[in-house]
Amino acid sequence: MRAGYDLRLVPVMLVVVGLFGLGLGAALLESVEAMGGDAAGSTLDHYRAIAIDREFHAALGLTIWVAAASTAISLVGGVGAALVLRRLTRGRPVAYAFLQIPLAVPHLAIAVGLLTFASPGGWVSRLAFTVGLISAPAEFPALVYDSYGMGIILAYVMKEVPFLAVVATALLLRLDDDHTAVARTLGASRWQRFRHVTWPMIAPGVGSAALLVFAFVFAAFDTPYVLGRPYPAMLSVVAQRRFLSLELADRPGAMAFALVMTMLAGTLVWAYMRLSGGSAGRERPVIY
Amino acid sequence: MLRVTALGALGGLAAGPLVLLAVTSVAHHWYWPALVPPQWSLRAWAYLATPGAGVIEAAATSAILGTVVAGTAVAMALPAARALAARHVRGRRVVLFGLLLPVLAPPLAAAMGLHSVFLRLGLTDSHLGVALVHLVPAVPYATLVLAGSVANFDTDLEAQARTLGARPAQVWWHVILPAVAPGLAVAGIFAFLISWSQYLLTLIVGGGRVLTLPLLLVGFVRGGDEAVGAALSLVFIAPPLVLFAGVARLLREFR
Repeated sequence: MRAGYDLRLVPVMLVVVGLFGLGLGAALLESVEAMGGDAAGSTLDHYRAIAIDREFHAALGLTIWVAAASTAISLVGGVGAALVLRRLTRGRPVAYAFLQIPLAVPHLAIAVGLLTFASPGGWVSRLAFTVGLISAPAEFPALVYDSYGMGIILAYVMKEVPFLAVVATALLLRLDDDHTAVARTLGASRWQRFRHVTWPMIAPGVGSAALLVFAFVFAAFDTPYVLGRPYPAMLSVVAQRRFLSLELADRPGAMAFALVMTMLAGTLVWAYMRLSGGSAGRERPVIY
Repeated sequence: MLRVTALGALGGLAAGPLVLLAVTSVAHHWYWPALVPPQWSLRAWAYLATPGAGVIEAAATSAILGTVVAGTAVAMALPAARALAARHVRGRRVVLFGLLLPVLAPPLAAAMGLHSVFLRLGLTDSHLGVALVHLVPAVPYATLVLAGSVANFDTDLEAQARTLGARPAQVWWHVILPAVAPGLAVAGIFAFLISWSQYLLTLIVGGGRVLTLPLLLVGFVRGGDEAVGAALSLVFIAPPLVLFAGVARLLREFR
């Protein structure tokens, strides 16, 4: 059949181009607006300012660190959980039901729950006092509002471990057991069977899902907004703060900031599409 | 042994935070370092129910917004998903990129630009404006979800129905809709949840005038009343949990 444009895509494209594209375009126009008096015309000053902006560098560093750490921990935890769950005979349905709970709970609620749990006055700190590890709330290590985004990473891990576990489980179910059985007959240990047989077969799918997690964490807002500190803050938090600042002159700079972030996220989406080839879009991150 | 450990760890991870929130919401004078609240109180829950707290209106606003966004998203997504299921569609990769970008890069920059456009159209601080900006992530997401389930649908069935004399409307009603109904339900629920939990886009376009549950929740958390924050969190979490439980069976078929 000859390839052709499909009119059934029009309604969705109205949203993608007519709202998303329109918004990006408007932001782009405003981000190159020369501000101050009647000096009309366009300028790249706001982008130049970002390039030498200390706060941008700090935010980029923290963002990459949080996204990388969350992804790495979730990847290990998710694949590990999937492997353990596969070996369960009874109780597997219950385990899968447990996995769905964090997937259903919005990021915002997880972040709020973590405040109650891991803040210096929270429950873990009380437990640490009870068993004699600390003697005052101030001695509890900073897990929320800390400079390294520990609380943010913890919140993402709680949400993304189940996501990657579900993805890995689906991939494991599609594998046939013959290969592992052969490897076992040949005397391969459990680790060798995972390293040389199972992992190579699930790696492409799990890898592209992990890239989705990285891209999502890179640009997401709610979790760092609740659990992060003002400086260094993650990129999305800085962009939002500048946009909502009362100084009207900050608006173009905020738009430039958000656009730079969108471009970086776009590069990640492009990389994901390259990596996953024809199956792009089959795994979807949990974005609420 | 493995089963007990695995289920215990998972259950603790999944249910622990919920239990802690529930306990916090009814705790009274629960100061550090008490592990268990010394007194119990329904103060926070009673407060949420008072009209002045604005929780009931915010919940209604969130529910209506979510329903409208989900309905619109699914209606737009279904034709597109059917088109994307056919792999020979021209520009498929460009379309996919256009769908993934607003999903993965929360449309912060786009929302800022839309704020300027909506200012001119008088759509800022309005429910319509907020619903429109919620569509930006919800429609692409619903399309991706549906494309996954529609891909398994055998279009030969439609051809057979037509050969047997079915009119287009009959083909839709008797052949296509029953086959894609589970996918529609899942896509609709995801679209609802995206709108339901949306904080940033509501704040940017709604300007704080359109009050939804997430806005209220962040306000209370910042305000520092832990019991009220915990109770409100549970109100915020309950609908997603119920909806997820409702489609859990469908989800298993998809993933």
